Amino acid sequence: MTALLWLPLVVPTLLGAAAASRRSATWTRPLGLAAALAILVSGLALLAGVTPTGGTVPTAAGDLLRGDALTAYLLVTIGAVATVALWADLVTPAPPDGWFTALVCAFLASMSLAVLADNLGVLWVAIEATTITTAFLVGYRSGRRSLEAAWKYVVLGSVGVAIAFLGIVILYAATRAAGHPTLSLVELVALAGRLDPAVTRLGIALATLGFATKAGLAPMHSWLPDAHSQAPAPVSGLMSGVLLSVALYAVLRLRSISDLALGPGFLRGVLLVLGVLSLTVAAALTLTQRDYKRLLAYSSIEHMGLMAIGVAIGGWLATTAVLVHMLGHGLVKSAMFVQAGRILRAEGSSSVADVVGLSARRPDLGGPWLVGTAALLGFPPFALFFTEVAIVIAGWSAGLAPVMLLVLALLLLTFVGISRQVLAMTLGPARAEPPAPQIEASAEQPAPRLGLRAQAPMVAALTAAVLAGALALQTGGALAAAVAGLGVTP
Amino acid sequence: MTESLFAQTVATATGLLMLTAVLQVWRRSTDASTKLLAIQGAALALLVGAIGLAEGHAELVLIAFVVLAFKAVALPWALARTIERSGIHREDSPAVNPVSGLLAAAGLATLAYAVSRPLVALDTGPAAHAVPAGLTLVLVGFLVLLTRHRAVSQVIGFLVIDNGIATVAFLTAGGVPLVVELGVLLDVVLVVFILRILSARLELAHGEVDLHDLRELHD
Repeated sequence: MTALLWLPLVVPTLLGAAAASRRSATWTRPLGLAAALAILVSGLALLAGVTPTGGTVPTAAGDLLRGDALTAYLLVTIGAVATVALWADLVTPAPPDGWFTALVCAFLASMSLAVLADNLGVLWVAIEATTITTAFLVGYRSGRRSLEAAWKYVVLGSVGVAIAFLGIVILYAATRAAGHPTLSLVELVALAGRLDPAVTRLGIALATLGFATKAGLAPMHSWLPDAHSQAPAPVSGLMSGVLLSVALYAVLRLRSISDLALGPGFLRGVLLVLGVLSLTVAAALTLTQRDYKRLLAYSSIEHMGLMAIGVAIGGWLATTAVLVHMLGHGLVKSAMFVQAGRILRAEGSSSVADVVGLSARRPDLGGPWLVGTAALLGFPPFALFFTEVAIVIAGWSAGLAPVMLLVLALLLLTFVGISRQVLAMTLGPARAEPPAPQIEASAEQPAPRLGLRAQAPMVAALTAAVLAGALALQTGGALAAAVAGLGVTP
Repeated sequence: MTESLFAQTVATATGLLMLTAVLQVWRRSTDASTKLLAIQGAALALLVGAIGLAEGHAELVLIAFVVLAFKAVALPWALARTIERSGIHREDSPAVNPVSGLLAAAGLATLAYAVSRPLVALDTGPAAHAVPAGLTLVLVGFLVLLTRHRAVSQVIGFLVIDNGIATVAFLTAGGVPLVVELGVLLDVVLVVFILRILSARLELAHGEVDLHDLRELHD
């Protein structure tokens, strides 16, 4: 079992090193996908080993790494979302670039380390490492806009996460005063009742705000639309689909400490404010958005806001719903960013106004775009429908009815905003004269229709997003164990 | 190390940390800012070394040397190289003038003292009552980051924030575990490295960059 903890760290690192050593070899291209599959497989194996509840939890590296059910579930999420994004990238013809593959592998390894770490300090280092590895990926195209996005991303990301470290340091001081200096998550939970409340409150608040910056929650979200719209499509998919959730995972872990040390009210208040603010920002800016990649980025802020509200509500139903939502949103969002990249390549513009009649002219592009949007907006049978309903019901029964009414109103506004833009792109007659393309490749002849090979990742992702809800019921034991790891029982 | 010598060393080091932070707000020359940063790094190393000797932790003394090498020598040297290459020796138009900057720094120091009351009351370390100095550094670092337009000044702001967090860590708890400490240091070095490359590319793409003019991406 211990080997399963090392696998998601060692395999991507080795594959990345291999890609960096032979930068122009064609065999380097599939290495990113191989790393993603390695993470997925070890996550599934851990999940199979950990459930049903109980049994020993594997640890490694002197208890710095720990693979409980929640960790395993997050590894599965990282692996699955990365598989979709990198598989779809693989079927897109492009010259091999070893640096790109190496950075993606390093990015995957640092996300795995973040969820495997049983030490708040190591968790912090891993999350900061994701900023470092993705910085060059965001600025990959080296144009003025992507460099601007990369600069804002690194400065705001690092400073935000530095605040989280200040919070962690203060928590460490609290444990030292309680007579047992530690940053281990397990020991922090065990020690929570004995921590000084005033110091713990300061530490938890700072740490939550810091990780919330990385999770893209308003009002610390301003880097997100820039970075996610400027990065290459698979990187946007990974960042929007799973990196945000990894940051929220850190908040989930903090919550189980905070609830024991300070009672459930404290973090609930903080997260409700952040969540509702995020939904408001998303609602306001999707209504007027003119760029479809930024539209997807704001949709991510909306979903992170909703998940933060789920974490705030707490309890069995909401926490389970948040976990399923992470997986469902990750799959759909990474597929949608891949599709946005394809539309951009075919149409030569990322402006909503320049793309018309997509389903009439290019049903191979418009069809998946429309279905994916329906999934993002929470139409049944996609899992996001069930999780959104579950979060609202949980909030209602937790006595937060007014907040839930506000949440529903904001979700409706975002629904209108996103569907308006997407319908403008897909439906309607094809314009007689296509807009002047900005990218040269599509200038001479229309790009060939996407074949089955190109559509397969999209179909797989959307199918998995439908099944995620049913799978969650099937594998109820695994999810139950994951939620139980946070000290929540039905 | 005797009790009074230790107390004096901690007082000197934290005093230097505060002084260099406040002077950062006052000085407009990027060369002077870099020198102040080097002094600040040395003061931090002195603080760590003193705590290590007083508590008898060989590990902390080792960390003191690492801190000295990176924060007092390597990072300021890298920044000085960047300044030399780009030829930007002055922060042209900071958003606040020096007088209001100093007033703001004084206000931030007061705020730091108010916020850190529970931490001081905890009195975990031998020098926990100097904790507000660390928080002042964090807040002043924010001020520098928000009000400066040049890439190199923003990096300096980031490093002041980081020094502040390190100060809090050493004063309250004698530092976090070694593996975390080294990871944090590595992350900071890499962030500075990345920001250097990005600013060089930005300058290559369109000359001198005023970061507040980066407004192409907006809604």
